[in-house]
Amino acid sequence: MRASLFITCYNDTLFPETGRAVVSLLERLGVALEFHPQQTCCGQMHANTGFRGEAFSQAKRFVRLFQDAETVVIPSSSCVAMIRDQYPGLIGELGNETLRGELAALLPRVYELSEFLIDKLGVEDVGAWFAHRVTYHASCHGVRALHLGDRPYRLLAKVRSLTQAPLANVDRCCGFGGTFSVKNAEVSSAMLAVKLQDVVATGAEYCTALDNSCLMHLGGALHRQYAGMKTIHLAEILASTEASPAGATR
Amino acid sequence: MSVEAPAHPILDPLLAPPFPQAALPMLRNPQLRKNVGHAIDVIQAKRAKVVAEKTDWQDLRSAASAIRAQALGNLGAYLEQFESKCTAAGGKVHWAADAAEARQIILDLLREERASEVIKIKTMTSAEIQLNPFLEAGGVKVFETDLAEIILQLGDDEPSHIVVPALHVNRSQVREIFARRMGLANLSDDPQALTAAARNYLRRKFLDVPTAIGGANFLIAETGSVVVVESEGNGRMCLTLPRIMITLAGIEKVLPRFQDLEVMLQVLARSATGERMNPYTSLWTGVTPGDGPQRFHVVLLDNGRSSILARKTERQTLKCIRCAACMNACPVYRQTGGHAYGSVYPGPIGAILTPQLMQMHHAQSLPYASSLCGACYEVCPVKINIPEVLLELRSQVVNQERRQIGRFFDPMYLGMKVANFLFQKAWRFHLAQRLGRIGMRLFTKKDGWIHWLPSIGGKWTQTRDLRGLSKQTFHEWWAARGKDAK
Repeated sequence: MRASLFITCYNDTLFPETGRAVVSLLERLGVALEFHPQQTCCGQMHANTGFRGEAFSQAKRFVRLFQDAETVVIPSSSCVAMIRDQYPGLIGELGNETLRGELAALLPRVYELSEFLIDKLGVEDVGAWFAHRVTYHASCHGVRALHLGDRPYRLLAKVRSLTQAPLANVDRCCGFGGTFSVKNAEVSSAMLAVKLQDVVATGAEYCTALDNSCLMHLGGALHRQYAGMKTIHLAEILASTEASPAGATR
Repeated sequence: MSVEAPAHPILDPLLAPPFPQAALPMLRNPQLRKNVGHAIDVIQAKRAKVVAEKTDWQDLRSAASAIRAQALGNLGAYLEQFESKCTAAGGKVHWAADAAEARQIILDLLREERASEVIKIKTMTSAEIQLNPFLEAGGVKVFETDLAEIILQLGDDEPSHIVVPALHVNRSQVREIFARRMGLANLSDDPQALTAAARNYLRRKFLDVPTAIGGANFLIAETGSVVVVESEGNGRMCLTLPRIMITLAGIEKVLPRFQDLEVMLQVLARSATGERMNPYTSLWTGVTPGDGPQRFHVVLLDNGRSSILARKTERQTLKCIRCAACMNACPVYRQTGGHAYGSVYPGPIGAILTPQLMQMHHAQSLPYASSLCGACYEVCPVKINIPEVLLELRSQVVNQERRQIGRFFDPMYLGMKVANFLFQKAWRFHLAQRLGRIGMRLFTKKDGWIHWLPSIGGKWTQTRDLRGLSKQTFHEWWAARGKDAK
C-alpha cells in the first residue's frame, strides 16, 4: 500500500511530532509513505475567513500536487472536511473543466487518518501501548462533516493499558473556529471555558483528538490554567509502543 | 432585584455595535448566561426526545426542505394565488415593499377603524419593522398578549429568541417586573401565580380591544388561508374576539398546498418547542360571517426578501420557518444570548438573515459570529446549509474590504494576503517558517511556551498560551531522514 502524506501547514509548523507519529505508525503497518515536498496549505483558513479567490488558488495547488497519488492521508479532520465539502464548490465556481475532473478523480482517494486506518487498511488494533487515562474530543468536523462515528473510539479501545474517559457534550464546539478565535476572541474564550469544564471533569491525563487545531485551543488554555492535563493527537497515541512510548511534548 | 441586562438592548442593525463588542456585557453577565443555558438545555432535551421517536425524521426534513424550495422557486405565482383566494374569501391583501411602507399601511388601517388600542399576537416580523414604537407614536396603544412578549413589554426589554423571546429572563425577574408594573406587591414567583397575574391582565384586553395584529407561520396559496401556531391560546383569543384582524407576514411564508401542512406542522412543533404538536393551531380563510373578525387584512412584507431570493446560494435563507432550532443548538448563542446579535433575528439564522435584509450594508460582523461548527445545519428542519451561507456572506464582506483603503491597516486582511502569497510556493512558506521561528524566540518563555503576543496574536494569548515553535518542522525532519537513509 502506497500513500502520500499531506501533513497540513499548521502540523508542519506547530506540531511536527504529529507528523513523525503518523510516519512511524503507518510504516509499522506496512504502508509505503511519500511526502510531496511542494505541499503547503489546503486553503481552509482563507475559505473560512471569506477569502474565496485565495482559497481557490490553494485548492488548485493541492489538486495539481496530489492528483497522481494512489491515496492521500491527512491527520487533520478539518482539512479533510475543507477538501471534501468546500473544494467542489470553490473549484466548481472558479475552476475550469480539467480541474473539476481532476478533483472528482482525487476526492475518493483522500482519507482522514482514522478513516484510512479503519476503512482502507482494515485495522483497529495498531499494536499501540499508552498507559494513561485519555478523553477523546470528537471535534465538529470529525462529527458533523466527516461523520467519523465510532472509528476513533474503536482505535482507542485497542490501545493497551489505555483507559478511556468519556467526555460529556462530546459534540459541542470548543470555540476555536480558526480566525473566529481571534476575531471573536471573547466569545471563543467563553465557549472554551464551558468546554474545559467537561474536559477537566473527565479526570483524564490526556485529551486527544484527530485535529490539532482544537487541541491547540484546548491545550493552550489547559497550560495557561495549570490544569494538569495535556493534549495529544490520536496519531501519537497510536504510534506509541511500550518500547517507544509517546513523549509528553506539549 | 434588578435585571442586570441593559434595559434597552439595541436590536436595530443600523445602530447596533458589532457582534464582538455587543457580546461582551452578555459574556460577563452570570444571570443571563445561567438563564440562557438552563432554558436551552430544557428545550434541547425535549427536542432530542421527540425527534428521536420519529424514525422518518430525515425523510421529513427532506420533504420540508423540498416544499419550501418549491414555494420559493415560484414565489410570485404562489403569492398572487394566495392574494386572489384570500380576496375571494373576503380578506384584503396589501403589498409592502419595505418596513416604512408596512408600518404606514397598518397605521392607516387602524386609523380607518378609529382604533386607539390594539392587541397583538407574537410576531417577530412586527419587531423587524419596529411596528410598536411607530404605532405608539401614531397614537395607538399596543398590548402584547403572548406571555413572553408581555414580560418584555412591561420590562422595557427586547426579545432575545424568536420562539421564546424572554428566554433570558428567569421567573424571579418576571415576578419583579409583574409586581412593579401590575401593582401586585405580594406576587410570588410561583409559575402558577405569575401566569394567573398575566391572565387577569390579559382578559380585560381581550374583551375590550376590538382590533388585533398578528403574524403568520404559513400562508396557503391553494386556499388563501393563514396559519398561526402558538402555545398559550392568546392567538386563538385574538382571532376570535376582535372585529378587525391585521396579519403581517413576510412574503416567504407561503406554502403551495394545504396538504403541505402535514409535513410542516410536524417538523415545526418538534423543532421549535420539542412538542409532538403545538397546543393551538389556528387556520382561517378570509372572513366568515358571524364568526371571528369581520374585517381581515394581510400585509405582505418584502423588506429585502426578494433581493435574497435572486441569489443562488443565499436563497435557501428564505426557507426558514422560524423554529429556532439553530439558535438552540448554537454554542455561540448559548454563551451570548440573543441581544448580542443586534437584531430581532439572533443566532445562526440571524447571522445570515440580518445582514442580507440590510443588503449587506450593515451587520457585517454577523457572518463572522460563528465557529462554523455545523450544529445549526444538522438540526435545521428545512435543511438550510447555514455554514455555506455564512461563508458566502463572509466572502462578500471581504470583497467589500478589498475596495477600501483601510484594508492596508487591518492586520487580519494583511495577514491573509501575505499567507496566500507564502502558500503559493513551498520555498516561500519554508522561509517564513524559519523567520517565524527566529521571531517567535523573542516571545517564548523558558518553559517553551508563549504567554503573550502583540497585535492580533494578543487576541489569542489573552486567554490561552501557545506552544513555542519546534526546532525542526516536519518537512525538515522528513528531508533529513531521507538523507540519513542514503
